[in-house]
Amino acid sequence: MPTNLASGAEYATVGQKRWVWPGFALPGVLWLILLFLVPFYAVFAIAMGQLDPILQRATPEWNPFYWDLTVIGEAFAELFGGQLGVIALRTLAYVFVASLICVLVGYPVAYFVSRRAGRWRWLWLLLILAPFWINYLMRMMSWVNLLSPDGQVNRWLTTIASWFSIDFVPPDWLAGNHVVVILGLVYGYIPFFILPLFAALDRIDEATLEASRDLGASSAQTFWRVTWPLSRNGVLGGLVIIMLPMFGDYYTPNLLSGSPRTRMYGNTIDQFINQTTSGGAVGAALTIILMIFIAGLMVYYLRSISRASQEARE
Amino acid sequence: MTATRPSRLRSAITNPWGKSRMLPLVTLLYVLWSIIPVGIAVLFSFNSGRSRSTWQGFSTRWYVGDPAAAESVLYDPSLRFALNQSLKLAILTMLVATPIGVALALGLARWRGRGVKASNLLMLIPLVTPEIVMGVALFLVFAEVYDFVPFGTWTQFLGHVTFSISFVVIIVRGRLFAIGRDYEEAAMDLGASQFEAMRRVLLPLLAPALVASLAIVFAISIDDFVISQFLIGGAESVTIPVQLYSGARLAPPPSLNALATILMVVTIGAITIAGLLFRALGKRRGERASALESVAGFEM
Repeated sequence: MPTNLASGAEYATVGQKRWVWPGFALPGVLWLILLFLVPFYAVFAIAMGQLDPILQRATPEWNPFYWDLTVIGEAFAELFGGQLGVIALRTLAYVFVASLICVLVGYPVAYFVSRRAGRWRWLWLLLILAPFWINYLMRMMSWVNLLSPDGQVNRWLTTIASWFSIDFVPPDWLAGNHVVVILGLVYGYIPFFILPLFAALDRIDEATLEASRDLGASSAQTFWRVTWPLSRNGVLGGLVIIMLPMFGDYYTPNLLSGSPRTRMYGNTIDQFINQTTSGGAVGAALTIILMIFIAGLMVYYLRSISRASQEARE
Repeated sequence: MTATRPSRLRSAITNPWGKSRMLPLVTLLYVLWSIIPVGIAVLFSFNSGRSRSTWQGFSTRWYVGDPAAAESVLYDPSLRFALNQSLKLAILTMLVATPIGVALALGLARWRGRGVKASNLLMLIPLVTPEIVMGVALFLVFAEVYDFVPFGTWTQFLGHVTFSISFVVIIVRGRLFAIGRDYEEAAMDLGASQFEAMRRVLLPLLAPALVASLAIVFAISIDDFVISQFLIGGAESVTIPVQLYSGARLAPPPSLNALATILMVVTIGAITIAGLLFRALGKRRGERASALESVAGFEM
C-alpha cells in the first residue's frame, strides 16, 4: 500500500510537470505567433497578393500556390538596373564606410577601457555607456542643432576663419552631404559596437597575455597573435549588431539631410509604407529583399563564428 | 609617487603621441565627441531666448513657463501629450511584457519535449530582426488582417510588448541558469508543492532579474522610435521620439530640447533605480555583482 501511494504521488508530479512548463510558455509563444510570425508571413502574403482592381489596394494571398510575383519581380528589376539599385549601392557604401570608422575608432576605445583604464575604469565605462541611455533621436537632433545654418559649427568656423581673415561662406551641412550622413551613422551606432567588443576583450584572461610576454613576444606580437584573434568574434558580433539596423535606417539620413542625394534603402521602404496609402505591396516587396539580404549576412556571420571556434579548438 | 609624476608629465609633453598616451587620448576624444553635442542640446533647453544657438541666459521657461504662451513642455499641448503617451506606453508595456517574458523564460528552461526548440527559435528571431522589418510587418498586419485593432495606442502597445518579450526572456534565463533547481527541489523535499516552491523560493531568488527586466523594458519602450512611428494612429499617439523626429528640422524653439532632456532624465532615472535595487537585492544574498557591469551586460 505505501509503495503504491508513493508511486501514485510520483505519477501525480510527473503528470503535473507535463502541462505546467508548456503552460508557462504558452502566453509568450502565442503572443509571438500572433504578433511576430503571422505579421512576418503577412509581409509575403501582401507582397505577392492580388491587387484589388477597384480600390487599388493589396489584398493578402495566404496560399503560396496563388502567389503573384509581379510586384516583387518589378522590385528586383528596379534593384538590378534601376533607381533602386543606385540607392542600394549607396546604402552598402554608407554602411561599409560607417562600419569601418566604427571599428577604427571603437577598437582602441574598447581596448583602453577594458585593459588600460586602471583606477578610473568605472568612470570610463559609465561614459561609454552614457549614449545608451540617451535617445537616438535626441542624439541626432543635437547634431541637427549644431549643423544648422546658424548653428554652433558654422559660428566656430566663421570665428576661426576671421582670425586668419579668410572669406568664409557658411555651408548648409544638412542639405545632402554624404560625409555628414556617414558621420551621423557612426555617431548613432558606434556605442552598440563598442559594448560587445568591450565584453569580448574583458573576457580575455590576463594570464594568456602574460604567457605570451613570458615566451618572448613583444607587446605588438602579443596584440596581433593573441589579443586580436581572441577579440575577432567580438568585432564580428559588434559589426552585426550595428549593421542590421543601419541597413534599415531611414531616420538618420532624413534628419541629417532629407535630400534625395543621400536617400538610403530604408527611406524607400518608409516612403511606400508611411507616406503613401497604397504602397503596401511595394513596401512589403522591398522589405522581403532587405530580409533576404540580412539573412545572407547572418548566415555568413554564423559560419565565420563557428569556423573561428573550430580553429580555436584545433 | 611624487618622483614619477613630474617625469611622466615631462614625457607627456615631449612625446604626446607615445604609445601609452595614444589610447587614453583617442578614448578621451571619443567620449568628448559622444557627450558634448548632447550636452549642448541640454544646455540650450535652459536658454532664456528662443534661439538654440545663441545663449541668452538661464531660464526654465521651456519646461514650466507661462501657461498663456503655451510654449513650455508643461503647457504646449503637443509636447505634453507626447510625454504622456511615451510614459503611458512604457508603463503598460513594462507591466505586460515582464510577466509574459518571465513565464516564457521559465517554460523554455524547463519544458522538455516537442515544441521547445521551435519556441526558443521563435523567441530569439525578434532579437536579430531589424526594427524596420518588424515595423513594416506589424503595420501591414494591423492594416490588412487584424483591422479590428485601431491604429494608435493599442497597436503601439501590442508592438512594444512584442519586441520586449525576448529581452525579458534573455535576462531571466541567465538568472535561472545561475540559480539552478537545487533550492526549489529542497523546498519540495521539505513538503512544498511545486507552486509553493516557485512562489516562496524561486520568485525571491529571481527578484533582481525581475527588477532588471522591468527597467530594461521601460527603457527600450520609452526609447523606441521605429515601431512607434509605423504603428502611429494620429496626433494623439505621437511619442517623444516621434515628436523629436518630426520637429527637429523645423527650426523648433528650445522646448523640443527640454522634451528630449526630460526623456533622458526619465530613462537614466529608471536605469539607476533598477541598478540600485539590483545591487541591494544581490547584496542581501552576499553576491558581489557590479550593478553597472550587469546593466551593461543586459543592454546587449
